[in-house]
Amino acid sequence: METDWLLLFEVSLAGLGTGGLYALTALAFVVIYKATRVVNLAIGEILMLGAYAFFGLAAGWALPWWAAALGALAVAGLFGAVVERTVIRPMLGESPISVFMVTVGLGSVLIGIVEIVWTADPHRLPEFMPNAPVFIGEAFLAPKIAYSFLVAAVVIAVFVLLFRFWRGGVALRATANDQAAAYSMGINVPGVFSLAWVVACMVAAGAGILVGAIGGISSTMGVFGLSVLVVVIVGGLDSVPGALVGGLLIGLVEALAGIYLGGEYKLLATFTLLIAVLMVRPYGLFGTHEIERL
Amino acid sequence: MRIASAKESYATDEALFDSAVQRAWFAVLLLALALFPFTVNQYWAYLACLAAINVISATGLNILTGYTGLVSLGQAAFMGVGAYTVAVLEARLGTPFLLNLLLGGCMAAAVGMVFGIPSLRVKGLYLAISTIAASFILHFVFANWTSVTKGVSGINVPPARLFGIDLDTPFKLYWVIVPLAVLMLLGAANLFRTRVGRAFIAVRDRDISAEVLGIPLLRTKLTSFALSSFYAGVAGGLWAYFFRVVTPESFPLLMSIFFLAAIIVGGMGTILGGILGAVFMTLVPELLKLGVGVVSPFWPEAAVVLSPVRTVVFGALIVGFLVFEPQGLTEMWRRTRRFFHLWPFKT
Repeated sequence: METDWLLLFEVSLAGLGTGGLYALTALAFVVIYKATRVVNLAIGEILMLGAYAFFGLAAGWALPWWAAALGALAVAGLFGAVVERTVIRPMLGESPISVFMVTVGLGSVLIGIVEIVWTADPHRLPEFMPNAPVFIGEAFLAPKIAYSFLVAAVVIAVFVLLFRFWRGGVALRATANDQAAAYSMGINVPGVFSLAWVVACMVAAGAGILVGAIGGISSTMGVFGLSVLVVVIVGGLDSVPGALVGGLLIGLVEALAGIYLGGEYKLLATFTLLIAVLMVRPYGLFGTHEIERL
Repeated sequence: MRIASAKESYATDEALFDSAVQRAWFAVLLLALALFPFTVNQYWAYLACLAAINVISATGLNILTGYTGLVSLGQAAFMGVGAYTVAVLEARLGTPFLLNLLLGGCMAAAVGMVFGIPSLRVKGLYLAISTIAASFILHFVFANWTSVTKGVSGINVPPARLFGIDLDTPFKLYWVIVPLAVLMLLGAANLFRTRVGRAFIAVRDRDISAEVLGIPLLRTKLTSFALSSFYAGVAGGLWAYFFRVVTPESFPLLMSIFFLAAIIVGGMGTILGGILGAVFMTLVPELLKLGVGVVSPFWPEAAVVLSPVRTVVFGALIVGFLVFEPQGLTEMWRRTRRFFHLWPFKT
């Protein structure tokens, strides 16, 4: 069989485009993990919440898309603040398993609420992205994926800069590094926890709007969170570069597996990759190797 | 009021039931279980069977997660392995019922051990996620290994036959499922009086310390995976005979979460926790259904929101128990018992 280079290139581009969204969501995950050591399994459902909030505001209240997007981000941020304060904060210091199950429970509650309010039927988000096809060289790329990737890339870039230079970002990194030391330096650690959850939920909601714009929304779109889980495990739970590289890698692998092996192989390919990475580097590609002491 | 129970030897200290009163209550419970199917209709017999199957699987997960400290989100997939093994054996070869169950359990144990291998290098949440991978890989096998599993259409299972009787109603299956559940629960309870079970607990509390004390981690963790999956496999086999059709969609990831939720709600690391949690989580949807029946005359759309409300309640139970009662129903039960032990004094 002759290799169709153009097809391969197009598929890879589409995969990288989706990978950008994975990276964005993985970033939200990593922010929460770095600050609070909580593995947030509800990230997919928060993403869904963002998409539905956007849908409710844009289609239900007929707001212009930018106002609806801001509104959705605000809803998600508020949700993050409330959840952090009422559910996560009391759980800090409990075993990681308990905290992680709490987020599983939260995810279930979110799915139920969304189904009560908007029913379980899939919906389409109102169109808000330019529709002209995008060509890179000869290769065609679906415009929604291309623009989503651009948005994701910009947001990620902004975040990397914020982490590096903004006071809040520095406080977050300090807390992640050593909580006690951060406390004694006068950093408001509980404040950082809240901040991390608010910011991460907003990022996830933003990703949700983009994902929803590409594939429509339904109450099962939280499954996206599973791929993100693979991304962060492969990249390393506490590593921002890991989230970015992992996101692009998983996006690419999924797209290639989907085209060359068949759609049902997508999850199989990513999860096999996950197990392979775990066997070789249990802490992910870029994660911190924690040394255990008795 | 009970003052104390004096123990005169180590054997009595380790005994499952530490007083005559407890033994008497246990006998009453067994009697109640034996009389139960005669006093209720088919629907409650059906629920009892379902609860018993869930109790077996949840107890298996409790051995792994509650006692050995290895979180698994693959329990439903291992149940699937047991169910498919039983279905294939029954439909193709027609081997005897109890042998099928045993083989289903052993098959699940073998598969569980394979997916337990990552537990040697990764633990905690990384392990939980690698078991999610197990669950997806097994689902893929169920759906695509069509020559054995018949793909998405699934396998129809003929009714179980025991002593020439077709066990085709919940009432008849009750007499197999519930005794088996009691037997496996006693087995699990006794396990933690032995060296193997104690080693599990040591690994849970601190695996490195356990290794220093001379417990082989590799063997202990894999044994735990094997035992837990064996329970899942037997439960899955019973599930196959109970629902009589096995498809790849029968064992979703959500079901694994259900079992994890059951042992959290019941209380991790106690046998009683697995029982209470599984029964409670099986009955909650039924209670909701009952509730819908009550409110539907006033609010006709109640039935429409039943399924999402069930999802919400499921999540809220997990969150609520973890935040307010992390020891689960078992702790509530103990508190109640303590109250009556000390009555009329204050606890």
